[in-house]
Amino acid sequence: MLKNKKLFLTRIKQQLGEKILSFTIRQPNETEIVVKKDQLAEVCRFLCQEKEGRLFTMVGSDEREFAGSFVLYYVFSFDETQQFITVKTMTPEEDSTFPSLAAEFPALNWYEREVKDLLGLRPQGHPDLRPLILHGDWPEEIHPLRKEFDVSQNAPRVKSRESFMQYEGDEVTEIPVGPIHAGIIEPGHFRFGAVGDTVLYLDARLFFTHRGLEKASEGMPLSKALFLAERICGVCALSHAVSFAQAVEAAAAVEIPLRAKYLRTLFLELERLYNHIGDVGNICAGFGFAVGVSQGTILREELLMLNERIAGHRYLRGIVDLGGVRFDIAHPDYADILSTLNKIEIGFTELVDILLSHDIAVDRMSKTGILTLKQANDLEVVGVAARASGRNIDIRRDQPYAAYDKVSFTVPVYTEGDVLARIRVRIDEVFQSISIIRQIFIQMPTGDVSVGLPPISPYARGMGWVESSKGETVHWLMTGPNETVERYRVRSATYSNWPAVALAVPGNIVPDFPLINKSFELCYACCDR
Amino acid sequence: MSEQKDSDLEIKLQQRIKEVLGKSLHIRHVDSGSCNACDFEMNALSNPIYDIQRFGVDFVPSPRHADMLLVTGGVTRHLEEAVRKTYNAAANPKIVLAVGTCACGGGMAGQTYAGNGGVDKILPVAVYIPGCPPRPQALLEGILRALDQYEDRGESNES
Repeated sequence: MLKNKKLFLTRIKQQLGEKILSFTIRQPNETEIVVKKDQLAEVCRFLCQEKEGRLFTMVGSDEREFAGSFVLYYVFSFDETQQFITVKTMTPEEDSTFPSLAAEFPALNWYEREVKDLLGLRPQGHPDLRPLILHGDWPEEIHPLRKEFDVSQNAPRVKSRESFMQYEGDEVTEIPVGPIHAGIIEPGHFRFGAVGDTVLYLDARLFFTHRGLEKASEGMPLSKALFLAERICGVCALSHAVSFAQAVEAAAAVEIPLRAKYLRTLFLELERLYNHIGDVGNICAGFGFAVGVSQGTILREELLMLNERIAGHRYLRGIVDLGGVRFDIAHPDYADILSTLNKIEIGFTELVDILLSHDIAVDRMSKTGILTLKQANDLEVVGVAARASGRNIDIRRDQPYAAYDKVSFTVPVYTEGDVLARIRVRIDEVFQSISIIRQIFIQMPTGDVSVGLPPISPYARGMGWVESSKGETVHWLMTGPNETVERYRVRSATYSNWPAVALAVPGNIVPDFPLINKSFELCYACCDR
Repeated sequence: MSEQKDSDLEIKLQQRIKEVLGKSLHIRHVDSGSCNACDFEMNALSNPIYDIQRFGVDFVPSPRHADMLLVTGGVTRHLEEAVRKTYNAAANPKIVLAVGTCACGGGMAGQTYAGNGGVDKILPVAVYIPGCPPRPQALLEGILRALDQYEDRGESNES
């Protein structure tokens, strides 16, 4: 494996030749390539198309103070060799533009618009330059992630620049929905263009819950920013906490104790369990299957109560520490977890049997909201949605973290790409999670659960990632002076997957939108930050 | 859990809803930019374990039908208008509860370019329910407290 990695990197270096300014192996698993802006497209194309890299995250950063320019980082994951390659390019303040690659790599669409909104760098040639993160009434010339902007500064509201897809023809009805919805759900605004019951096109206005968390973290001590990371999202709280901690630990080049790795894995799987089981129940609400909804919420509640008994928090906040976990668990906890899981396994099996043997339920789910493999690949879709469309990725297996390289599990992949496939992925993963937790209790060694961090130098970089119940979540971190945050970029699964919902809905009937939406089960809070 | 008898809190809640409102309490949830944890706890109230409907409490789809607004999140810039409109759409008498640390005072993010840092910056808040997120039992307690204030307001509630 090691030899493969070396060969892989050497070949890339040779093939890129003079197109790049530098080639540096920064970490055993991360290589940085610096390019001039005009070579960006060609280098990214080479890495994606010839080397089968997939876009992991893209980060814009204001480094004028210490590096004299704005910097863009495009991170690609190479799952086969377990490598990351970061393509870095600089743009000075006088020339605040960069070449847009969105037309060629649709997955970059949102990232580039985000850089435009928050940093004021213009992606040249971008096909859709509507505002994204900041809504249309935010002044176009103010960019919160520029260092001179103070986090508490308030910008005046200007005349809105919002615009939506326009339709022609008598038969087309436009249906606006949200941002405040009828149920207890998160805010988003949707515009359906429909002919009769059939959706022609779905346009969306998201980022209503943008709280400015990345900006708020800047200058914050790393130990405090951990609490902020935990509060990006309620139901992915632990995934975010672990991702952030891993990013800090990577920047500090620290290895956490093995027992802490196992404990993180245990809690991460408990997070996946309550989410997946709750989501299976919730999807039933999409077609009024009340017995599924009730059964799902009962099982979910039992898992939340278990979380509280074991960790003191129903949503698993306050567990992770930089360098490990905050507390250990003992044998009574083991027994509690295992016996609860036995009960859950029986109850969930019963729910699945009822659901999948119900012809009407299965009929409503199958061939509804299809996302094709090509669409999933083009948009770099992650998580459950990816695996339901035949895209075989799972970051727990592909770039293992915590103790995922110590336990065995299978990654379910379906090819239909419909609601049924997405629910089946979740169902299979529930049983895999229970199996992972049982293995943890057999294998987990004794020992410390945290290790102190050494001093971290300013402008060190680190990345952390977790396969949350929604899909892979990536935290990119650059440290500042005195162990603070200089730049923090959170790319959640929802950020990668929302554009896919807009592709899966057209052609379906309007009443199936809630069902399709629930089958992706995206967190707006994760996405909007 | 479901076999257990109602707690004192639950019995009192049921009584007070009858006394104050006559029959039932209609609640409208408003997400003003939360992390969704508070929202999920509110959702949990309707599950068969807490089953808040048995006390005559209903989460309603429209603010027009609501006696009470439960607001989660610290009111983001992008939701401020929607929150105001929702409040204005609810009929009098009405009462607002700030649910969770962010709604109570901004939470970890505080006041930023993107957020107001608390519901009471834009709406009159009657009851604050702290917690990150508040547990379902805390939500019940908060609703119970709000009922007392609701009773005091009676017909004199202004828009």
